Amino acid sequence: MTATKTDAPVAPAGDGKQAAATEPVGSARSERLSALVQQHGALAVLVVVSLVASFSFDSFATGDNVGNMATSSAFLAIVALGMTFVIITGGIDLSVGSLFALGGVLAAWGSRHGTLVALLLPLVVCGAIGVVNGLLVARSRLAPFIVTLAAMLGARGLMLALTDEGANTYLIGKGSFLAELGQGTTLGLGNPVWITLALFVAGAVVLRRTRFGQHVYAVGGNEDAAALMGAPVARTKILVYTLSGVLAGLAGALNAAWLASGVTILGNGMELDAIAAVVIGGTLLTGGLGYVSGSLVGVLLLRVIQNVINQVGSLDSSYQQVVSGAFLALVVIAQTWLGRRRQLL
Amino acid sequence: MAEATLKTVPLDKARVMQWLQTYGVYAGVALLLVVNIAITPHFLSAENFRTQAVQVAPVIIVALGMALVIGTEGVDLSVGAVMALAASVTALYLGYGLLPALLVVAVFAAVVGLANGALVAFVGVQPIVATLALMVGGRGVALVLLPQLEDLRNPSLASLGSGDVLGIPYLILIATVLALLVAFVVRRTTFGRQLLAIGDSRPAAELAGLPVRRVLILVYVGCALLAAVAGVLATARLQASDPTSLGNLMELSAITAVVVGGTPLTGGRVNIAGTVAGAVLIQLLTATLIKHDLPPSWTQIAQAIVIVAAVYAARGRGKR
Repeated sequence: MTATKTDAPVAPAGDGKQAAATEPVGSARSERLSALVQQHGALAVLVVVSLVASFSFDSFATGDNVGNMATSSAFLAIVALGMTFVIITGGIDLSVGSLFALGGVLAAWGSRHGTLVALLLPLVVCGAIGVVNGLLVARSRLAPFIVTLAAMLGARGLMLALTDEGANTYLIGKGSFLAELGQGTTLGLGNPVWITLALFVAGAVVLRRTRFGQHVYAVGGNEDAAALMGAPVARTKILVYTLSGVLAGLAGALNAAWLASGVTILGNGMELDAIAAVVIGGTLLTGGLGYVSGSLVGVLLLRVIQNVINQVGSLDSSYQQVVSGAFLALVVIAQTWLGRRRQLL
Repeated sequence: MAEATLKTVPLDKARVMQWLQTYGVYAGVALLLVVNIAITPHFLSAENFRTQAVQVAPVIIVALGMALVIGTEGVDLSVGAVMALAASVTALYLGYGLLPALLVVAVFAAVVGLANGALVAFVGVQPIVATLALMVGGRGVALVLLPQLEDLRNPSLASLGSGDVLGIPYLILIATVLALLVAFVVRRTTFGRQLLAIGDSRPAAELAGLPVRRVLILVYVGCALLAAVAGVLATARLQASDPTSLGNLMELSAITAVVVGGTPLTGGRVNIAGTVAGAVLIQLLTATLIKHDLPPSWTQIAQAIVIVAAVYAARGRGKR
């Protein structure tokens, strides 16, 4: 009873704000619309851009082009999946680009000692760096961006140390299981695409249907409240950074298998692409709200825009960066605006 | 820095941490100097100090702007992109003379700063994302304007890069003057006080009637202008405009210098002298490792450890 009494004076005040902002009747509908745009805005843009592109360029909607786009998006998508978890907890992981490169080099290096080593080594090492990130963020309470920035430097240093300062490129032998995993196709689509799809389904299930997923949202929504409700805040954070590290390492390993070598110059700036994809996909950087499917759409949207710019031909590839930057800014502005509206309503 | 902690641990722990936060960076610089004098041949030559100082000057200039932004509880990831933008705009407009080129550079940098500031102050986007967008877009624009490296033959630009007054290179003079200027702004002006108040608590600053949005925009414009100065100086030293690689990872070096120098990421405090010392510390560390033929990979790992150690040492302050 006391609860309802204390709540009572607050509710009409909220209503008053609503009435000032919009018509009282349309408020619920308008709130739903905001949520809808936030969640599916990127998908709508992706559909429109793809439709326009397939009408404008003959070579866009061909099987080859779509297959290539899908395979080359797969690696960024896996990285973005881990980033989605981290960002929903209100954190950020800037080390994924370096871990991606490190994972590729470790896989190629390990492939000389058998497939199992080649697959496990990147996951274990990158996962371990993720654990360190998580421990520093969760236990020592350091700012995520500075911790993972340091990890980005450290991981790239480690990768350079492994490859004689980048002079040495390890190759992956043809016909090995690893090469097949990266380069082979199943039902017309590259194996990395299938792996990515499986990971996203698993990720969505974990986030939506498991206790751990609920903890991820709770920690991002309000850390203190989550702790008071008994959610294991520190453990959840350590797990998401570990997951992000493992997935970045896996993406790197798959990419190396696809290229048949551990290329050392990859992954620069990949963290930015991953963050951009996650944000474009409707996940709030403040944490507590986000969608795994949105991140996949975000990755595809970035890739389609890049493809369109390449198709135009007269445009230099630097325009890709300009467009990505402008697009990211637009999305963030829209999100902030929508978020503020939803808070007001 | 690690040795310093170990030696003094028996003392009161809180006081040691406090001391470490304020003076740790100077102790680190002193330690590196002593170590180098002991083990590095030809370290104590004027030529060596000159080289180190010229190399560190652009980092210091960028770090000054970064310190101001971090003081408002923000961060600016676009500084490297602004340096690249400054390089390509300099190359494009150098034909009209150095001064007009510099003016155009300033306009471009101010636009980037305005965009950052407007996103943070008016739209309410988190600084890390707002400046991320400008970081990606800014370098894109720089590359669109000037797709590849271009040699610059301009006597006045060359003298800016390698000339000196009484044996002190212009680069060092400019960095010193800017450091003094920024320190004065932070300590002695209303703007500086407002900046720190916003960093302490933006809602409180708003309630107190401070012009929060104007100050934030000015801070980001200032940071972009300082980065542009660093970009022009680096270009002048290279005598070539290189928008592809100039300023890469500069945001990282600048943030490291600021954090190592004892400015907390939580805002509300700016330590300019510490920032300069932080940049010098990283430079000395890198130089030491290079002079002893340790590969760049070790330098990066060492830098990573220094960053974590510095943030770890500064962490108590945020909680109190």
